[in-house]
Amino acid sequence: MSSILTVLFNGIAYGFLLFIMSVGLSVTLGMMNFVNLAQASFSMFGGYVMVTAMQSFGVPFLASLPIVFIVIGALSIVVERLIFRHFYNTDDLTQVLLTIGLVFMSIAIATYFWGGTYQRIDMPSWLTGQRAVLGLTLETYRIFLIAIGAAMAIILVLGLERTQLGAMVRACVDNRRVAGACGLNTDLIFALTFAIGGGLAGLGGALSANLLGLDPNFPLRYLVYLLIIVSVGGMGTISGTLIAGLALGIADVMGKYYFPQFGGFVIYVLTVACMLWRPHGLLGRQT
Amino acid sequence: MNDMVLETRAILETRDLHMAFGGLVIFDCMNFALRRGERHAIIGPNGAGKTTFVSLVTGLLKPKSGNVFLDGRIITNDTPQQRVKAGMVRTFQINSLFKALNPLESVVLALLERDNKARLSLRSVSAETELIDEAMALLTQFDLARDAYGLTEALPYGKQRLLEIVLAVALRPKLLLLDEPAAGLSTQQGHEVFSQLAHLSKDTAILFIEHDMNLVFRYADVVSVFAAGALVMQDTPENVRKSPRVREVYLGN
Amino acid sequence: MSALERLTSDHAKAATGYFALLARWNIWEVLFWLALAGMYFVPNVDLVLMSQIFIWGLFAMSLDILLGYRGIPSLGHAAFFGVGAYVAGYCGKFGWTEPISALVLAMAIAAIVGWLTGKLVQRVTGVGLLMVTLGLNLILYDLVHRSTDLTGGDDGLQGVTIAPVFGLFRFDIFGRTAFWYALIMAFLLFAVARAVVKSPFGLALLGARENPRRMIMLGAPVEGDVSRAFALGAALAGAAGALLTQTTQFVSPNTLSFQRSADVLVILIIGGTGRLYGGFVGALVFLILRDWLAAISPVYWYFWIGLLLVIVVSFFRKGLLPSVEALINRWKPSKAEEPSQRVPPA
Repeated sequence: MSSILTVLFNGIAYGFLLFIMSVGLSVTLGMMNFVNLAQASFSMFGGYVMVTAMQSFGVPFLASLPIVFIVIGALSIVVERLIFRHFYNTDDLTQVLLTIGLVFMSIAIATYFWGGTYQRIDMPSWLTGQRAVLGLTLETYRIFLIAIGAAMAIILVLGLERTQLGAMVRACVDNRRVAGACGLNTDLIFALTFAIGGGLAGLGGALSANLLGLDPNFPLRYLVYLLIIVSVGGMGTISGTLIAGLALGIADVMGKYYFPQFGGFVIYVLTVACMLWRPHGLLGRQT
Repeated sequence: MNDMVLETRAILETRDLHMAFGGLVIFDCMNFALRRGERHAIIGPNGAGKTTFVSLVTGLLKPKSGNVFLDGRIITNDTPQQRVKAGMVRTFQINSLFKALNPLESVVLALLERDNKARLSLRSVSAETELIDEAMALLTQFDLARDAYGLTEALPYGKQRLLEIVLAVALRPKLLLLDEPAAGLSTQQGHEVFSQLAHLSKDTAILFIEHDMNLVFRYADVVSVFAAGALVMQDTPENVRKSPRVREVYLGN
Repeated sequence: MSALERLTSDHAKAATGYFALLARWNIWEVLFWLALAGMYFVPNVDLVLMSQIFIWGLFAMSLDILLGYRGIPSLGHAAFFGVGAYVAGYCGKFGWTEPISALVLAMAIAAIVGWLTGKLVQRVTGVGLLMVTLGLNLILYDLVHRSTDLTGGDDGLQGVTIAPVFGLFRFDIFGRTAFWYALIMAFLLFAVARAVVKSPFGLALLGARENPRRMIMLGAPVEGDVSRAFALGAALAGAAGALLTQTTQFVSPNTLSFQRSADVLVILIIGGTGRLYGGFVGALVFLILRDWLAAISPVYWYFWIGLLLVIVVSFFRKGLLPSVEALINRWKPSKAEEPSQRVPPA
């Protein structure tokens, strides 16, 4: 019994991690209909910024997290202003191709600056090891992940629902033209949303570095998962991304634990089935 | 209101057609009939359900209950393609043309589909000389011959509208359903379109939705008035024009 | 004949002439294939690389049928390539060593898989379609990768033997037979694809690409056509896969990988969709570039191909071949423009 719960717990931790990495993609996809596969690269760079901050500058773990968020958030804005905004009106495939090209370039850039081997992040001691929680022995780091993930989810949902900025973002997601006509500065809101989404992706990458392995091929490995979460959850919805992320995380971990010979297979079958049944995702809107 | 003459030689008939989107009822018990060779206009204010009716009849939408008959045969469960093959062809309110094909190619494609020749052989299209001739003749008839090789998108709007109709006429329909054929056209262009239609075979029934009353009263044999999902009146253009009910329907109380 | 009748007759003759002109092989096409064949005689030419170019070109062309002509994007096209590759592999392993018949069998089986895929994805479009095709590809890859007993897993299929072509031309280590075999097969299959695209079915594909609703209103079996397009694209991709197996006597799971699906998409986009030759042009550019760059800096070749993709997508969205053609047309306008190029295909 306890092993099921432990596996479930690990799956939830993984799920929250995936959620943090993909929520930015979901929002920009829902808001601007922009398929940004380079989101996976932002995650990777988040991990590398963390590594550099901690190893080259001696910044402690917790302090590095906001640094990663800000740096990658800024990077997102730069890329958005320079490149992405010229492609908002093009079709899905063009955006996929553009961002795949950027992913390829990012892999080479990462190799150039940090080399091709896996990077490790030195966790502070209070995050290592295990703790006894409710009769289960759980890894401390995963508890931490769940705590952060849940906090992120709550902040995002509350932020969207309760703040003025959130209302403006929702207006833009719903109908950009009308939002602009109502006097909202859609360009600024888009840039900000991109920044937050990118920052979150970077944060996710930093948090995942030890768990998922940080090397220049990270984007290619996780791109597929990001796509699955966003497609299955439905674009533009935070709760959809959360549910899909959790579902995927749990299914993946449990699948690999209980059916090691099938592992990832289950995810793909579920994804295909879901897309055929509900092409707009579980919680997506019928556009 | 069911002022309806049940004609045994009706080319198109609906019986007790009921359509709703979720909780919103569009039609409740729509009974409609159209005779062979008739030129029949449907008029009515916006939201009366005219385009929905055409979509139901052509099979793009499925009714909640009720039946549609084409030439006496029940077609309620037929696919849109089956209905086209049975002789029912429609045009759209907003031009629905092939951007990648020029007018000549578009008409040739329509003819290939009509004769079920589009999937048979690996020979180039140039081998279908009879169909190409027919396509050119159709384009000439509608005064589009000089535009045959140009970009469809580059055609002026009026000619695109004509091409829309040519694609339908090419299929030699028994029943032609035109959704606002003169939409977006000038008065003169509208009359040109309708005079072309008037030249079609007397066997082809034409059902058209129109807002331009001059066109309706000039070219229709029968006029049906739709309002709020019901057939309010069906009569000759003269009687419809004089009817106070119709004025009420358009102008309210 | 009255004046009107004469006019109509002239119009009609011109119209047939128009289609005939589109169907005729022009001088550039002939020169292209002759040039490819001529590469054999270039001193120090890398014959193995050339074979790869022919195979990838055929593979990219097969995706063009789906994407360029029917407008169906796929992130999982390598699935069909891999099916063909493994069928040819199993043939070679279990005694069916005659290459040409094995090639035909590989095509047939790939076609069936393609047809079934077409039936599955009929109602899906856009990102959902990309996801489903990707998902199916990944499922197949996973199955093949795991079933080490059946497929040898990552080590690949062992013991694949391919007999000499026509009993005469052995697949030698210099790649001489491979060169001609791949080139001739690619050419023959190209000719088939070309015929399809110029036939009435080609018109139907293009019509449905732009406006499926209108095709329905012409009575066209649009859904069946999707399956047919998939079957054709899959058969050609399967052929390319079989050619790879037969020329290398080896097949491994990376014939079905996402990497391969992404690569063939990149190749087609660089070369240009909707032009059949685009796949070959893209393969030439991509493979020669990769060969050259990998020799210089094996790790950073990704950067340049990524940059090339970004540049092509930004400035030459139609792809290199159509962009070059458009430039030539501006300088010296030709009478007939490929229908598939009138509107940006994808």
